Amino acid sequence: MRNEVIRRARGAVAALVLAGLVMAPWVVDDYTTAILARTLALALVGVSVALLTGVAGMPTLGQTAPYAAGAYACVVIGSRISDVGVVQLAVAAGAGAVLAALTVPLVVHARGVIVLMITLAIGELVVTVLGRWRSVTGGTDGLAGMPAVRPFWGLPALASDQARYMYTLVVVATLVGAVLLLLRTRAGLLLRAGRDDETRLRASGHRVPLHVSGAHIAAGAIAGGAGSLLVVAQQYISPADFGFDTSALLLLGVVIGGTASVGGALVGAALVIAVRDWLFGVLPGHAPLVLGALFVATVYLLPTGVNRARVRLRPSSAAPSHPQEPPARDHAAVPELRA
Amino acid sequence: MMVVAAGTSRIDPYVIPALDGVAYGLLVFVAASGLVFCFGVANILNLAHGTLYAIGGYTAAALFDGGWASLALALAVGVLAAAAAGALLAGLLTPVATGNHLTQALLTFGVALAGGSLLVAGFGPDDPQVRVPAALEGSVVVAGHRYAAYRLVFIVVAAVIAAALYLVVRRTRAGMLVRAAVDDAEMVACLGVSPARIRAGVLAAAGALAGAAGVLGAPIIGPGTDTADTVLLLSLVVVVLGGLGSMAGTLLAALAIGEIQTLGVALLPSAAPFLLFAAMAAVLAVRARGLASRWRAT
Repeated sequence: MRNEVIRRARGAVAALVLAGLVMAPWVVDDYTTAILARTLALALVGVSVALLTGVAGMPTLGQTAPYAAGAYACVVIGSRISDVGVVQLAVAAGAGAVLAALTVPLVVHARGVIVLMITLAIGELVVTVLGRWRSVTGGTDGLAGMPAVRPFWGLPALASDQARYMYTLVVVATLVGAVLLLLRTRAGLLLRAGRDDETRLRASGHRVPLHVSGAHIAAGAIAGGAGSLLVVAQQYISPADFGFDTSALLLLGVVIGGTASVGGALVGAALVIAVRDWLFGVLPGHAPLVLGALFVATVYLLPTGVNRARVRLRPSSAAPSHPQEPPARDHAAVPELRA
Repeated sequence: MMVVAAGTSRIDPYVIPALDGVAYGLLVFVAASGLVFCFGVANILNLAHGTLYAIGGYTAAALFDGGWASLALALAVGVLAAAAAGALLAGLLTPVATGNHLTQALLTFGVALAGGSLLVAGFGPDDPQVRVPAALEGSVVVAGHRYAAYRLVFIVVAAVIAAALYLVVRRTRAGMLVRAAVDDAEMVACLGVSPARIRAGVLAAAGALAGAAGVLGAPIIGPGTDTADTVLLLSLVVVVLGGLGSMAGTLLAALAIGEIQTLGVALLPSAAPFLLFAAMAAVLAVRARGLASRWRAT
């Protein structure tokens, strides 16, 4: 009964937020509309972070890598081959998925803090490559001057900030809806099960590395798709868009929003990105200091937020020195029973 | 004899990049060993590690005027400041010590952001130039090539630091505790050594190493707005490549990174941006399981 009420309330809030997002471009000015569109694209990357961190139990600091791959692929396709948004989106998602697939061997056997470290290194290396591969990426100067995108064959090109925002909103809503549906299927259940008790899932004959790889590639595709939206929203990209601070911000947003919740990830990521952009506007020069302090404060002040979001990092599958599970697992299980 | 001579002349142009690679690699080793300690012993992914290096670099830029006395002063101040920053970090981490790695990563990243901003505020936004000691400004002849004297001396000094580190970890009680804590932190706690003190000690020691690397390596990887990121990335790659958690593995990985960054760029300039990536991918693809089992993942 109570669950039903909560579910309906959630639905109502989601509908209100969506309505607000649809109305937004007619309420705020063009500049804010453009910022909102970019924030939506980043929030979609946040969803892919949540998928990996919360649902699959693989905390990641490197989702900017497939995000960047998608964005740059989209620019190359957009300026040379096709100005159709659907094509660009598909190519960008494919590029993100391919990059994620290439890095699967690096992360599939790693767990916990090692995943954080490896994904961080991957993300940083991708940014380094983007900065140096001048012939394709334009180096640190970035790429600009893409032709305006048309959403579908036969439709007019998106000429205004409002149009670009609405396109972004429609794509984000569609992709998030798809993720939510996918998580309700058996695949989503298996991912969560692998996160919660990998040993047992393995024992029952499931191939956990396969699920993890699948989640990693799917998250890469989502981040890649978000990259194409960034190109549409911002009409300019440079390696600075994909720096490690962006990864850390997204992770913070996802943690604030509650790692296992896709909706929470959207809200959290949008929130921290908005705070960052606002800070850079009102405090030129001192924004990193305040932002850093906000990170620290968030960790201290939102213990419930952080605890609620507590990811039960996958126990190492290959830790022979600890055949019996350490007692920490039981403590971690208690809040879940209460919830 | 002819064959030998021909071989020598073919490798001749690469002697200098190869030597530079050793200097670069040893610098990265000293910087990365701190991160290895943090990660292996205190089980913390310290995203502020590059900032600790930058503290050393900025200290060198501010205090060092080319003389030996100022170098000693810069070294002392840089090491102490970075060690203090490490200890401060340990204090900040105490309330969330039992939390998860996400929390620790976010906290240390926040400190890195704020710390980097404070460094820029204190020392100015321009990347300062660091001089080498006046006595070492010239060059010496190595295998028929002129080579910067400072780098040669740096190689010796860094090798001494590496050897000292090995002896401390292998032979002293502190080193034994550190190794024991890697294997079984709970057991070490049972011996009456507080985990909080180990964590503080490890982070301070890691800070001292990073600070020393920052001061001595300032003429090689100088202080600037990108320094913290660069050093963190290189250290991470070394930790990932070195994987074994042993000093030897870390040293080998660091030297490999150094050679990739210098010799690799000289040999394959077009592929240079991808070499680090490729090296890491290759090593990890082969030994990902080994890596995961060596470091305690939980």
